[in-house]
Amino acid sequence: MGKYVVKRVGISLLTVLVLVTVVFILVRLMPGDPFSDPKMTPTVKENLNAYYGLDKPLLQQYTTFLGNLMRGDFGYSMKYQNQTVNNLLRQSFPYSLDLGIRALVLSLSLGLVFGIVSARNRGNKIDLFFVVVAVIGTSVPDFIVGAILQYFFAVKWGLFPIAQYKGLAHTILPSIALGFYTMTSVSRIMRASMLEVVQQDYIKTARSKGISNFRITWKHQIRNAIMPVVTVLGPTVASVLTGTFVIESIFAIPGMGKYYVESVQNLDYSMILGQTVFYGIFLVFANMVVDIAYGFVDPRIRIAK
Amino acid sequence: MATNKIESQDKAITADLFRTVGKSIEEMEAISRPSLTFWQEAWLRIRKDKAAFIGLIILIIYTILAIFAPMFSSYEFDQQDAYAMRQTFSAEHWFGTDSLGRDLWVRIWVGARVSLSIGFIAAFINSVIGTILGGFSGYIGGKFDMILMRIIDIIYGIPALIVNILVMVVLGPGIKSLIIAMVITGWAGSCRFTRGEVYRLKEQEFVLASRVLGESTFMIIVREIIPNLMGLIITNLAMAIPAAIFREAFLSYIGLGIAPPNASWGVLAKEGAAMIRLCPHMLYVPAFFICTTVLAFNLLSNGLRDAFDPRMRGTD
Repeated sequence: MGKYVVKRVGISLLTVLVLVTVVFILVRLMPGDPFSDPKMTPTVKENLNAYYGLDKPLLQQYTTFLGNLMRGDFGYSMKYQNQTVNNLLRQSFPYSLDLGIRALVLSLSLGLVFGIVSARNRGNKIDLFFVVVAVIGTSVPDFIVGAILQYFFAVKWGLFPIAQYKGLAHTILPSIALGFYTMTSVSRIMRASMLEVVQQDYIKTARSKGISNFRITWKHQIRNAIMPVVTVLGPTVASVLTGTFVIESIFAIPGMGKYYVESVQNLDYSMILGQTVFYGIFLVFANMVVDIAYGFVDPRIRIAK
Repeated sequence: MATNKIESQDKAITADLFRTVGKSIEEMEAISRPSLTFWQEAWLRIRKDKAAFIGLIILIIYTILAIFAPMFSSYEFDQQDAYAMRQTFSAEHWFGTDSLGRDLWVRIWVGARVSLSIGFIAAFINSVIGTILGGFSGYIGGKFDMILMRIIDIIYGIPALIVNILVMVVLGPGIKSLIIAMVITGWAGSCRFTRGEVYRLKEQEFVLASRVLGESTFMIIVREIIPNLMGLIITNLAMAIPAAIFREAFLSYIGLGIAPPNASWGVLAKEGAAMIRLCPHMLYVPAFFICTTVLAFNLLSNGLRDAFDPRMRGTD
């Protein structure tokens, strides 16, 4: 187990280094430059380039950047004075994280429940309903879910606030929109897994021992069926947290996605660099934590490695 | 046996006491079902699978419309008309018009060309690269395999969307950039999958047989292993296409996909979402086509998975 954890942490660190390097190179390859204002004279431009360190050789820029990262400094904006990436992240990331966690909790809990209910009612109308919802859910992009939810529940019927993120009522629609896809895929996986587990011999054994149906489902079936869901948790966390990009723009939530898209359009090099690196590191480590947790849960990995 | 005479204590058992009940060598050896090639077999089962067949029909119809509908319309996809703005469905404009008076019927099918071809091409290139690399990696193993797998671990670790966005920013909007952006991150998945399957297949007897016969490694991979993986590869392709269509829609939605006035379904959905209060049909129409296409692919790939599964042979 120790070896497995060390290996996993090693790969994650290497991933982060590659990510940082790739992002650095790609950002320098971008067309256009951040000081393209026609009003700028060449001297001003030169001074700005020098100020932001763009006149130094690439390698030096790279090492400076890495050094700053080690100290937890993600850089500063080239577009807005006195705006640092750290500052921006402090303001915006809590919104994205909050939304992401809400969506994850909502989609995982509902997805599991729907999957279990669906499997327990295999073949009847309840099952059919959940299967149809699951098929639809995996076929609709989240921005369409978001736009449609907003139109009906907020604009037409006025049940929820239309936009922004100021209280519990504001969080409901965005969380549903963001979590819908994950919820349906979790319920699909859970249903299939439940149906597979129910044919296993240990369920027959439990049944022949006279254990009640409820206890069999709760103690034996669900515990064993939940494994495949845990496996997809890593990619799921990533997809929910990156999904916040569009959901934030639909519901005008001042989270990271909004600023990210803005700085991409502004060609704000250091801003893109800082945010991407932060986001990337966050996701890489989220994935790592899920994998290691999986190692603890799954006896096959715990013993083998 | 029937000619032998068996004596017992009380009674002789003679051959005329026995009668053939209708089992002959010919019948035993006869092939009860027509011999079908792999593809005939798969086609037969796809046709029986209602959901998958409907999916296939929808996709064929959409493809045909995407190719021909813009040719036979009297409107151009970027032709604006100030007197026909934001109209809903009518005989003149079948899907209505957008906020610049452009005909949505034409824009949908021009957009379908972009969305569908990006889906097909990106998924296809991904699976070709992935299959070849994964095939060699799984078969040869050793250092090459180890290095490739570490590279894939790293690619897997980096959120694909972030790489997609950065590549789009660097290369600028367009179909080519979208495909490149998706291939850079996408091949790793099919590579890892193929490698796992090859690992399993290479230990089997028919591979050993052809190695004993002196076949080269390259030919073994191409002639023995890949044909055995064909079903799984195609199923994966059918699952990768909707994912690529989703991704294109997502990137276009945040303004990094296709540049206006060109259309893709993602661009149309974005334009529609912005106008949802004034003319909701501008969102519903592209949303309908994105959803039904992805749904059709999902149904088809489910059906394909069953159709190519040898364990399902003869169950229907």
